[in-house]
Amino acid sequence: MLGTGITVWAAFQDFGKYNIVIALAIATIKATLVVLYFMHARYSPKRTQLVIVCSVFWLAIMLALTLSDYNTRPREGRLASADTCYHA
Amino acid sequence: MHRTGELYGHFETLEQQKESAALGMWIFLVTEVLFFGGLFLTYTINRHAFSTAFGIGSNTLDITLGAGNTVVLIMSSLTMAMAVWSAQVGKKRLVSIFLIATLALGTVFLGVKAVEYKQKFDHHLVPGRSFDMKYHPAHPMPGDDLKELALEKEEVDKAFAQDPDINAHGQLYFSLYFGMTGLHALHMIIGAGLLLWLIKGSFAGRFTPQYNTPVEIVGLYWHFVDIVWIFLFPLLYLIDRHR
Repeated sequence: MLGTGITVWAAFQDFGKYNIVIALAIATIKATLVVLYFMHARYSPKRTQLVIVCSVFWLAIMLALTLSDYNTRPREGRLASADTCYHA
Repeated sequence: MHRTGELYGHFETLEQQKESAALGMWIFLVTEVLFFGGLFLTYTINRHAFSTAFGIGSNTLDITLGAGNTVVLIMSSLTMAMAVWSAQVGKKRLVSIFLIATLALGTVFLGVKAVEYKQKFDHHLVPGRSFDMKYHPAHPMPGDDLKELALEKEEVDKAFAQDPDINAHGQLYFSLYFGMTGLHALHMIIGAGLLLWLIKGSFAGRFTPQYNTPVEIVGLYWHFVDIVWIFLFPLLYLIDRHR
């Protein structure tokens, strides 16, 4: 509950380009608390904890690789570098 | 047999049987992470590409309703956890009470979502032919705060100047909005159905400290749906709110 209050308050503050980082960090903390305590992950067998960690790891790979693909694309929406010839 | 929680042939102990039920649900939740993760990724990429349109789109969402819904959902997760606890300590009446409370809170959430969707429909913000971000500022509706509306009009006009294709890019935002919250709402409706089944079982006194696996497993599912919303809320509602 406290977390939600903080989230909304924080959204109205301007941290400049860190806005999204802070909002996501708060959301991640909230989600972690739900997983650990509400979902009893803290008290589960190691096997279950491994499964949870794996899903987060998978997400991390998907986000990191896809975003770095888009990030390293040339601007103006082209799909390749400026000197790529499409019609060879 | 399943329903009484007796030991199945291929398990060695009851503990193992219980653990494997929970593990099965966790693995299903991992697939759900894949499911929603893809949508979150799409959202991230499009938001980065069309930040003006996404900012304006986000500002049309009602933050009070959104924050309220978040509180409602987190509370429903609390009542769900209490239901699991009640089953574990054998307080059968409490199990029913907490399950009904969870269902009630979930229904409130869905009701508020329906109100929000209707609002979007009225403001011509549903992707499609009648989509128009300029519609609402130009056509005040009953219950609108005219000063806020004027501010909104200013913002929309400024955004159009920055990005003339806002009506197209805005539709991306709203497609993602309806897609993600709609998928989430669908999961909640399924969860509500599961809760009804549990409530029926709890009235029959099925859930004891020895056998409360169904409550626990539906609890895991419900908490997961809550987590998805915990991430949806800041991403959709809270972009660029520092006016």
